[in-house]
Amino acid sequence: MPIKNKRLSEEQYTHNFSEIHPPFENKEAALVEATRCLFCYDAPCIKGCPTRINIPKFIKQITTGNIQGSAHTIFISNIFGGGCSRVCPVEKLCEGNCVYNLLEEKPIEIARLQRWATDKIINNKTRVFERKPSIGKKVAIVGAGPAGLSCAHVLSREGVDVTVFEKESKGGGLMTFGIAAYKVTPEFCAAEVDFITSIGGIEIKYNSELGKNITLEELQKNYDAVYLGIGVGLANKLNIPGEELEGVVDAIKFIYDIRTNSLANIPVGNKVAVIGMGMTAIDAATQSKRLGADEVTMIYRRSESEKNCTQVELDIALLDGCKMQWLASPKEIIGENGKVKLLVCDVMKLGLPDHTGKPAPTPTGETIRLEVDMVIKATGQSPFVDLVNTYGLENIKGKISVKNKSQTNINGVYAGGDAVNGGKEVVDAVQAGKDGASAILSFLSDS
Amino acid sequence: MASLETNFLGIKSPNPYWLASAPPTDKKINVLRAFEAGWGGVVWKTLGSQVKNVSSRYSAINFHGGKVMGFNNIELISDRPLDINLKEIVEVIKEFPDRAMIVSLMADNNKQSWHELIKKVEDTGAHGIELNFGCPHGMTERGMGAAVGQDPEIAKMVVEWVMEAAHIPVITKLTPNVHSVVPTGKACVQAGTNALSLINTIQSVTGIDLDTLVPNPYVGGKSVFGGYCGPAVKPIALKFLATISQNEITNKVPVSGIGGISTWKDAAEFLLLGASSLQVCTAAMTHGFRIIEDLCEGLLSWMEEKGYNTIYDFIGKSVPTLTHWEDLDINYHHVANINQDKCIHCGLCYIACEDTSHQSISITQGNPYNTYSIKEEECVGCNLCQLICPVENCITMIEHRVAPEYLNWKEFQARGLPLNDH
Repeated sequence: MPIKNKRLSEEQYTHNFSEIHPPFENKEAALVEATRCLFCYDAPCIKGCPTRINIPKFIKQITTGNIQGSAHTIFISNIFGGGCSRVCPVEKLCEGNCVYNLLEEKPIEIARLQRWATDKIINNKTRVFERKPSIGKKVAIVGAGPAGLSCAHVLSREGVDVTVFEKESKGGGLMTFGIAAYKVTPEFCAAEVDFITSIGGIEIKYNSELGKNITLEELQKNYDAVYLGIGVGLANKLNIPGEELEGVVDAIKFIYDIRTNSLANIPVGNKVAVIGMGMTAIDAATQSKRLGADEVTMIYRRSESEKNCTQVELDIALLDGCKMQWLASPKEIIGENGKVKLLVCDVMKLGLPDHTGKPAPTPTGETIRLEVDMVIKATGQSPFVDLVNTYGLENIKGKISVKNKSQTNINGVYAGGDAVNGGKEVVDAVQAGKDGASAILSFLSDS
Repeated sequence: MASLETNFLGIKSPNPYWLASAPPTDKKINVLRAFEAGWGGVVWKTLGSQVKNVSSRYSAINFHGGKVMGFNNIELISDRPLDINLKEIVEVIKEFPDRAMIVSLMADNNKQSWHELIKKVEDTGAHGIELNFGCPHGMTERGMGAAVGQDPEIAKMVVEWVMEAAHIPVITKLTPNVHSVVPTGKACVQAGTNALSLINTIQSVTGIDLDTLVPNPYVGGKSVFGGYCGPAVKPIALKFLATISQNEITNKVPVSGIGGISTWKDAAEFLLLGASSLQVCTAAMTHGFRIIEDLCEGLLSWMEEKGYNTIYDFIGKSVPTLTHWEDLDINYHHVANINQDKCIHCGLCYIACEDTSHQSISITQGNPYNTYSIKEEECVGCNLCQLICPVENCITMIEHRVAPEYLNWKEFQARGLPLNDH
């Protein structure tokens, strides 16, 4: 059976894409969990959060019945606190550091509590922040993703008038377009963007793409400072024969389509190979399976211990029935009538650590052949090399180079998030946005 | 095999646990259920002139996720007709002749009322009488309950009236709403009471509804001071019990211990401080009569571990270890020790010591886990860190005597030894 859509019934789609981490059903359940928190001093969980949310404090506030205060504690550090509570790989961040792990006890469900504290506030657009009076400065932000909107919110709080230019017709960036649908719903992403902009002083201009209908020069001319939160582009190329065949798809595009169409309209192969072992690869593999693919195999050139995803993520894929092909590197895709038919992989062995610090995989000379009809590429994403070069932004292979966390080589132009780090977690981008905002605020006060 | 059998002034029960005079002992149906569950005895809810109760009647204090750490009531004595109560007492005794049946009494404030009431109760076949000199709400406004217990002279007078008429053992129940229970206790013993029981409830306001701004329990827009009990009052009860056990007049009579007993450990503590029967109420009201099972099993298991065959092998054993401050050994010193293998790096010991104690714990920053260790030379041995540490036996107190010999404060002063220089 070739690549096709409508493999499942509506009920099956709904079931397969229902939330994987359901919220607390009621206050009592949240309180039982919140009460377990020890209220650590200089808490390890905070150190695990790139945005440094004061986790013991917000949990304590849940136990005292101060839910709005709890939400404020979260949002003051991370305005995407609602989304992050759904999409963060907390097992390697806050929850991974919880001291209960050292007692071989279940860590505090920080993410779920964070969702409990933030959900009602976001849905009701409760006013948590008061914007300071306008200081008469204007900042342009490119990209309404986590970095851009996080930067925008901090600036607006401080009385800066912000205009955000977004190439899509919706805000949220990767939160909205790049994450598995069973983690965060499109409705929530829209509500989150509305909540963030409800502070006022933030105007988002949609369908505005840098390099197409706006230029950096214009922004520099019309605004006091510019922040680039442009993210990264499509998946890296495999650079192997057969990559152009019908059925070879980009994981980012695949996930984007799932996020922007009804599930029944998303075509998926019968036998799918996903190349890569990061979070995006997992999201692509699990969603292929959930869309009705019979067989999904994840291909990784190193072994399980070097995987980029967390164990929790890997377990999701395994529970979904995805197979793992460790120590295999795509060598060639063979087609029939222009369509994918076979994936040939080199069998690899691991050697000494390479520049990444991980053992370098080298071919053993043996190959394996997998019968597949769809190949999804998820081996990292390519930065917008041409775009940043066009504007003379210093960069390394397209990743914008910054000093002091966010300052580019161009005066008054700042950058952060995936565009700088090449693609990390949402929560890293949120922190980058905060760093950018504080650099811009001191730039504005100096100029 | 150890036994919990109890003989209190000749009143026998299979175990020392009696249900205290309170709502659970107000009716035959409740008491039968308690005896079926295994309770050793009951003190029937206070009888006297029939009263009228209000609604609501209870309120509580919850703490850190736990319900009813403290409990409060504004219920009066039995609001059922005396005749029905007396009839039911007769029926219960007939069904469970091996259990202790004590009846709590609070007659109107004259000798004749007391004598009439005692006669009626003795006719039921009850094994003993408990005088309610402790109820702190409602009845006090009528010159009864705690109003009697708070004045040794009045208490003595009432006990004398009672002793003129009583043929069965009389237990006088004391109120804690005094600076010391000893004066009333002494007066009652001198007036002839056969035993004492304590404590009754403590006057309290448990909290205020932050929407209506009316304290609880709420009665049509108003509230009154209530009687506080439950786990929260146990330390106060133990202290009052100890003072009765230390006094040479009051320790001549047996004592029934009351106040927040919820577990077999609490029970052991009351017995160790001199109680020879135990009364329980709040724990049963929050979890039902089935708690009697572990109250008995846990106590028996501990007794067997310690080699005690009966409760009389250890009653009062801790009383001599409570002394005067000036007799404490100043040369005794211990310091905290953190077992690094057990430490989970929560930092609670550090911040408590640093903010509120003696800055005796050092911090070494780590990512994500800091390391904490004791500065032995700074540690005063206060126990705070050990008390708040969430891991059992992670922080222990290690003895570091200042000098081998015993030295108390009087001797310390007499020798002109130096005080601390910090």
